[in-house]
Formats: sequence, C-alpha cells, structure tokens
Amino acid sequence: MKGGGVLVTLLIQFAMLSLVSFGGANAVIPEIHRQAVEVNHWMTDQDFVSLFAISQTAPGPNVMISTLVGWKAAGLAGALIATVAMCAPSCLLTFFAAKAWDRFGESPWRARIGAGLAPITVGLVCASAFFLTRAADTGWRLAIVTAATAGVAYFTKLNPLWCLALAAVLGFAGVLG
Amino acid sequence: MTAEVSAAPPPAQTPGPKALFMAFLGVGLSGFGGVLPFARRMLVEQRGWLADEAFNETLALCQTLPGPNIVNLSIVVGSRFAGVGGALAAVGGLLGAPVVIVLILGALYTRYGAIGRLPGLMMGLAAAAAGLAAATTLKMAAPLIRRRPLSAAPFIVAAFAGVGLMHFPLIWVLLALAPLSVAAAWRPRS
Repeated sequence: MKGGGVLVTLLIQFAMLSLVSFGGANAVIPEIHRQAVEVNHWMTDQDFVSLFAISQTAPGPNVMISTLVGWKAAGLAGALIATVAMCAPSCLLTFFAAKAWDRFGESPWRARIGAGLAPITVGLVCASAFFLTRAADTGWRLAIVTAATAGVAYFTKLNPLWCLALAAVLGFAGVLG
Repeated sequence: MTAEVSAAPPPAQTPGPKALFMAFLGVGLSGFGGVLPFARRMLVEQRGWLADEAFNETLALCQTLPGPNIVNLSIVVGSRFAGVGGALAAVGGLLGAPVVIVLILGALYTRYGAIGRLPGLMMGLAAAAAGLAAATTLKMAAPLIRRRPLSAAPFIVAAFAGVGLMHFPLIWVLLALAPLSVAAAWRPRS
C-alpha cells in the first residue's frame, strides 16, 4: 500500500511547517505549494489554487488549506494527519510558552523577538499573495477581479464574502474566462 | 498588587472544557475570512472571560509564536481555565466544524469541479481569494513600514524575494533573516 508513504510524508512536511509558520498558514502557502505540487506531485497547480479558494470561502482559520491538501493527497486519513501535524507542534510550543509566560510575566525578550519577526512574517505573507495572484490570474479579467477585491478589502469594511460571492457568480456566468 | 500571580484576572466563573468547546465551536463557525474579530467578541464582550488588556497581551504572545494565531489563542485560553483538557476542548471546538465543512466542499469540488461552468466559478473564486491575500498583506505592511521604515522594510523585501522570487526553502530564509531582523529591531528597554 503506497498510501502509508504519503501519510508519513504529510506528517513530516506539515509538522515542520507548523514550527516555522510565523504569521499562520498564509505565510507558508508557497512552501505548501512547493511540497504538494512540485516535490510530491499530489495535485496540479489549478487544483492547489482551487483548494486555497475553498479554504478561504469556508468558515474557520486559514489552517484549513492543510486539511484540503492532506485530503487531496491521501483522502480522509491524509486530511486528519495534515491538520493535526500542522497544529500539534505549534500548539505544544504555545502551551508551554503560555505556562512560562503566566509564571514569569512579560519578558522584554518576547517583545523584541516579536518586533524582529514581524517584518519577515509580512514578507512571507506578501510572497503568498504574489504566488496566489500569479497562479489565479490567467487572464486580464481575472486580474481585475483580484485588484478589485484587494481594493474593496483594503479600503472598506465590507464583508469579504461578498467579493468572493460576486466573483463566483461572474465566473459561473462565463464572464471571466 | 494582588494580580501579580496571574497575567489574566480570574473571570466571574471559570469555564470548564465543555463551555470552552462550545464557545470556540461558535467562533470557528462564524469566522468567514478572518476568525480573530469573532474570537475577540466572544472572549471579551460576550463571555467576559478576558479583559480587553489581557486579550491584547495574550494575542501578542500568540503572534510571536509559530502557528495560526487563533489556534494558539484557543490553546492559551483553554489551558489557562481548564488545563490540558481545556486546551484540547478549545482547539477541538475551533477546528472541528471547519474541518468537516471544508472536506465536504473539497469532495464536491473533486466530483463536480470539472463539470459545465464550475471551472469558471472556481477561477473567479481563486482570483478573489488572491485579492483578499493581497489586501491582508497591505494591511499588515502599511503600519509596520510607517513606524519602522529602516528596520522593517529591508526585511519585508528580503523575505518576499527569498521565498516569492528566488523560491528558496522557507527554513533557510528564516534562519538567515530572523537573527538579523531581531538585531535590527533591537531597542533599549522602553
């Protein structure tokens, strides 16, 4: 059964990502893509971008992209393993860090490390956005949808779900192809 | 000072694992495109489990650590009120329903995604999702660059270029940049 090998790969890959995902799952999208599409060939580019869109449309944290990648790679077991692997290491770290923090109080180190990591997190999230834009915008009409959504989400307080819904309707109507 | 023992003041009533599970279940289900505002509303405004100040401090801690901020937040809140069981209940409540929903959507996509006009729908959805990611980047970058143009901007660009343009493995980019960036942000105690 070759499924076992995939599960082990999922476990290792997402457990490692968990410990470097400063800023959450959206900071490691290019790395998840590299593993899922280029290294392990679990899915096509198109699949990956669609799964990301699904993870953004559904309720819940961004970490759901790992659930979907695991599921695409190895079914239900893959989904559960990827989700747990993506969450467990960082959760354990957080659990013990919170204990230490409650005990010893605010350390000047925490604020300093946080301030130092912040620009890197922003750079990684930016790389994710760049990657997703290049993968999704295969034509100028789609590029307009991306730009308009970014503008609405940045400048207004409108629920972003409306943008997703409108884009889905336009795409379904065949206007964007 | 009576509050020096714990960072979070004890709430009116200490929630158990079941209450934590139900509360975070609601947060997980309501968070479309960003769960954090819903978590704050639940913890601070609706249940009063955390004071405003304690919420901000806890969130700052969660943002320093790797992993999704909101998942980390559920761990901290759950463990503070009800130990390991509380942490598991909170994170289980937060992730349980979204995992099921996302798997149903994924299955529908695999089965019907290539049929008729649905590929067009997915293309539109993906383009809009990319726009949301771009807006998130702008929202994170703008205040940081404004506050620390010299110590932050070079590292934003370097991290972006390393991962986004050069496609270096993430771990190498982090190991190379993190010490320099922490040093650049270093400031005498304020």
